[in-house]
Amino acid sequence: MIRNNIKSDFPIFSYWESRGKPLIYLDSAATTQKPLRVISTLEEYYSQFNANVHRGTYELSQIATDIYEEARSKAAHFINAPQPESIIFTRNATESLNLIAYAWGLNSLKEGDEVILSEMEHHSNLVPWHIIARHTGAVLKFIRMNGDYLLDLESLKKNLTRKTKAVSVVHVSNVLGTINPVKEITALAHEAGAISIVDGAQSAPHIPVDVQDIGCDFYAFSGHKMCGPTGIGALYGRYDILEKMEPFLGGGEMINEVFPTTSNYAKPPYTFAAGTPNISGAIGLKAAIDYLEEIGLKDIEEYEMSLGDYAAHRLAEVEGIHIFRPHTTGTGVISFTIDNVHPHDISTILDSEGIAIRAGHHCAQPLMRKLQVQSTARASFYLYNDKSDVEALASALEKSVSIFSPRRINVVK
Amino acid sequence: MSLSDLFTEIIIDHYQHPHNHGLIPSPTHSSRGYNESCGDDIQVSLIVEDNVVKDAKFSGAGCSISQASASIMTDLVKGKSLDEIKELSQKFYEMVKGENGEPGEEMGDAVVLQGVAKFPVRVKCATLAWHTLEEAIKK
Ligand SMILES: Cc1ncc(COP(=O)(O)O)c(C=O)c1O
Repeated sequence: MIRNNIKSDFPIFSYWESRGKPLIYLDSAATTQKPLRVISTLEEYYSQFNANVHRGTYELSQIATDIYEEARSKAAHFINAPQPESIIFTRNATESLNLIAYAWGLNSLKEGDEVILSEMEHHSNLVPWHIIARHTGAVLKFIRMNGDYLLDLESLKKNLTRKTKAVSVVHVSNVLGTINPVKEITALAHEAGAISIVDGAQSAPHIPVDVQDIGCDFYAFSGHKMCGPTGIGALYGRYDILEKMEPFLGGGEMINEVFPTTSNYAKPPYTFAAGTPNISGAIGLKAAIDYLEEIGLKDIEEYEMSLGDYAAHRLAEVEGIHIFRPHTTGTGVISFTIDNVHPHDISTILDSEGIAIRAGHHCAQPLMRKLQVQSTARASFYLYNDKSDVEALASALEKSVSIFSPRRINVVK
Repeated sequence: MSLSDLFTEIIIDHYQHPHNHGLIPSPTHSSRGYNESCGDDIQVSLIVEDNVVKDAKFSGAGCSISQASASIMTDLVKGKSLDEIKELSQKFYEMVKGENGEPGEEMGDAVVLQGVAKFPVRVKCATLAWHTLEEAIKK
């Protein structure tokens, strides 16, 4: 159960409330707000335990190392990874996906090899592959999306051949809220001898995730989209694959021995940990996971889905609205357009009412083209939102419609 | 910040019934401008003779501010010399950023976009057409 007073865990709401401008935050797919717990963990770390990790020969550094490594174990446990060593800390999901593309793709793909993505990918699971395809001569193929905004697995089956080396798919779409059947997709990929990569940026915060159940070889996520600080993300990688991969970045921390012209590397995950890591970020991520786990991911999922369904029904009453959301599954993400009111104008009108939504292409330009729109407005709900936010949104949208209602012609000479 | 400063009747009217909308078949100058953050996309085409704009049109799609700005701009620049236009565009940028006080008479109908200054996130929308025009006449 989501507590009624959960908003009070997040100081940003009382801050704006006290300034007479209550915040209705509906942009959690971009980044979530932070509970006090996470904020104070950062302060505590810096005021009590700050030291560099893995290299100090004194107690404080050992404490910092221990709590940093506890964060890794926590992240592993959170997605049910088989061992902490299969978790690499990164800056965000984007860096995690780039790490796979470069450290795995650049060295494993040859000319004519194929990588299958989907028509609903975020740019962070497209552009790295564009770069790697250009370097290696690999070819990109796409799983099609059907009219109900679901991936068409038949088109995956058709595309899978002996040339397919990887299938990389978004778990939950940041535009449509679609939850993709990544377990089935992984099984199909494996059957064809390809690895399976899952972009979990929008699933880790919202639904329970078990990478061993999914069976995927890589899973990427971002801390800031799940109540954690910015600048920390993670990549789960199957350990035997990580062991065969080349490093992504070189430098301190990731080496074993260094000579003037050569070096050999530390074992994973440290192979992929060049330089001083984001220690406070990792510790903040652990605090965020603790927070979410106490509430329970299953409860968060149910709460969000029912709020999402409620919002979709309520918003459907707005004149001229088009909602891009599947009928069957969907998280708390609702993208829409309204006839005669541009998404950017909607966003400005909502902003004047203290409602924060996103307008634009949501880093998914190919999907926008597929939907035949230039941009959409997007409201995304999280555990601190409730029905009153939906109501505020709906009435502000009605106001937008009336501001842009068709006028008499020729007001202007 | 009041919405009625931004979405004035005149702006909404230009948005719903844009002037000079379309493409000039064989323009002497043209350019395309794209606003990555919101997807506004504008094509400006011109007929320039003896350094003076004889005709101006725009096409594309975008928000009310970007479209109204393009509609008003294409009205305003017809009959003006390229040097006048360069000066005008600088004054327009200053106006929508709220710099340099009250706009002068030469801004014409574009003064209705003055309210954009109170909405910093919308400045880019208002300036897209003008930047695209500047690109076009640079060529
Ligand atoms: C589906 C999806 N993948 C990847 C990302 C990238 O996340 P980040 O910007 O934290 O790297 C996002 C963020 O918007 C996303 O929604």
